[in-house]
Amino acid sequence: MGEIVNFREDAPASEVPVSLEAFLGASNATAVRIEPGEDARALLPQLDRIALIEVSFPAFGDGRGYSSARILREAGYTGELRASGDVLVDQVPAMRRVGFDTLAPNAPIDRAVMDRMLTLYDDVYQKTVDGRVPVWAKRHPEAAHG
Amino acid sequence: MYSYDKFDQAIVNARVEEFRDQARRRLAGELTEDQFKPLRLTNGLYLQLHAYMLRVAVPYGTLSGPQMRMLGSIARKYDKGYGHFTTRQNIQYNWIKLEDAADILADLATVEMHAIQTSGNCIRNISADQYAGVAADEITDPRPWAELLRQWSSFHPEFSYLPRKFKIAVIASTQDRAAMRLHDIGLELVERDGVVGARVFVGGGMGRTPMVAPEIRDFVTEDEIISYVEACLRVYNRYGRRDNKYKARIKILVHELGADEYRRQVEEEFAQMKALKLDPPVEELARIRAHFADPAYETGLSDTIDRSDPDFALWVDQNVAAHKQPGYSIVNISLKPVGGIPGDASADQIELMADLAERYSLNELRVTHAQNIVLPYVKTADLKALWTELDAAGLAPANLDLITDIIACPGLDYCSLANARSIPVAQKIAKRFTDSGKEKTIGELKLKISGCINACGHHHAGHIGILGVDRKGTENYQLLLGGSGAEDASLGTITGPGFDENGIVDAIEKVTDLYLAQREGDERFLDTYRRLGMAPFKEVIYG
Repeated sequence: MGEIVNFREDAPASEVPVSLEAFLGASNATAVRIEPGEDARALLPQLDRIALIEVSFPAFGDGRGYSSARILREAGYTGELRASGDVLVDQVPAMRRVGFDTLAPNAPIDRAVMDRMLTLYDDVYQKTVDGRVPVWAKRHPEAAHG
Repeated sequence: MYSYDKFDQAIVNARVEEFRDQARRRLAGELTEDQFKPLRLTNGLYLQLHAYMLRVAVPYGTLSGPQMRMLGSIARKYDKGYGHFTTRQNIQYNWIKLEDAADILADLATVEMHAIQTSGNCIRNISADQYAGVAADEITDPRPWAELLRQWSSFHPEFSYLPRKFKIAVIASTQDRAAMRLHDIGLELVERDGVVGARVFVGGGMGRTPMVAPEIRDFVTEDEIISYVEACLRVYNRYGRRDNKYKARIKILVHELGADEYRRQVEEEFAQMKALKLDPPVEELARIRAHFADPAYETGLSDTIDRSDPDFALWVDQNVAAHKQPGYSIVNISLKPVGGIPGDASADQIELMADLAERYSLNELRVTHAQNIVLPYVKTADLKALWTELDAAGLAPANLDLITDIIACPGLDYCSLANARSIPVAQKIAKRFTDSGKEKTIGELKLKISGCINACGHHHAGHIGILGVDRKGTENYQLLLGGSGAEDASLGTITGPGFDENGIVDAIEKVTDLYLAQREGDERFLDTYRRLGMAPFKEVIYG
């Protein structure tokens, strides 16, 4: 495997993730990999024993992994969430917003470009799972949200 | 109308810099065309037959005078002096250089405009009723919700790589002027027991598999519209087909699952989403709504029109619509002159319309899905003066909703997807029906032309539709009858074997002649067709 881009405080997991099928089949693995067509919610009952969930991006244009990631974070998963495969520098900001905190790209990512892309936008319009305060909340700091 | 605050402006400015960086990396060879393609597409930049095409968003079709003037300036500075207004209330430029694209975006940002998500597999520009805010029949102005959706959908991280493009329309009257049920999501704002909310239709669309969207929810309150739409999108992003580009739109998912099963999945997702408090507070909707408050209308104005000039009277009857405020009128500027290209306007014309909006329409214009322009706040007493200026600039064709008010895609003259030319066919039809004088006798007849099966010219929704196909290397035109994009939405039916360019014009003359002979009372062409059915029309064409 190539270099891992890490946004976490701790080191990326070193376990090799097993397939979802293997993981659900009574394995004692702590790292699992989900493919685009697989249901991330199948992992929800066991989130507390998982250290790494790797979400596979066979092609950058297949956006199912963004939903998988956000669903896992919405459910309270705090372990490592890794985007792997055809991960390109211009996708990184959106991946960060849906909760990915490590990247395992097929081809190395230009760190200088990535840092530029990640700091371009001071504000965001949506509430997702990255803790960023959307502009509507900044506009109405006194409002009771939701 | 809406104006940016510091947050909106900073986000649009950041987009200019982001795209500048991406274009620079592409020109330097750091990005392959394959990698660059989705990036330029989410910024409205297509590689066409002759050059790049840039599509600029006109959110829900509303523009100020200065914004319109900038569109003219861009046409002059970066294009060959033309802009093309589209069926999704946007404008596109057909002769753009990649090297200039970031500068164009920077120019647009100075007037609070952008090209964000005007193409690509993402949520596109939100469309709305072009008479929003001034229509007598609306329950509320739909644009505050459209603006709320614009902000929510801009750079939505989860929905940046959907299976396919995604189009949302919002209306607030029972008369549908925005083809709402032919969108991926159509929202019709309604009032129930004093509460505003939306009826939600999902899975409409044109293309090679046209569908009229079924109702998925009969009411979602205004403070939960965002999370409900978010739930609709998530189900689509997860389960929409990605194996075949032509089956990837949400209409196929809804059709294959069935509306009931799709609804069940959305409701399940919606229940989860509600707990996450994703909806902006009602204060945010109120903030946006304040931007769309009625202007300070003058009262005591006259509604009298001097009809002594017959050309002016004709234009008033055809192109002016009733305004909710006494003394004011809604003016439609037809961009369908005989012999012209539907939806095209020169830089001079665009700048003139900007100027006229400032002088006659409280500085506001609208773009319609029929590729025309609306001046929404014209004093009825000013109509004559306005018409005189429009007429001098070739902007006063009196043909709104007539057979020469044709919707047409750019076709093979510009588009790399097209199989046949659309523009020359539109021009021939317009000429035939103007020369014969039958245009006025026929009355309302919505004619729509697409140069390929992707249906950008909305041919399925035309009272008369034309589909250009390639038949063994020659252009061939199929004829469809009976479609509608309005509140009586329906899909047209193909009459039979296609025609060549002259043959299709003859065939249209035959079906309209039959209509004129058979119509009862004040029936429109569409009504007569629906009453008689296809058989007599087929007989007159092929018999």
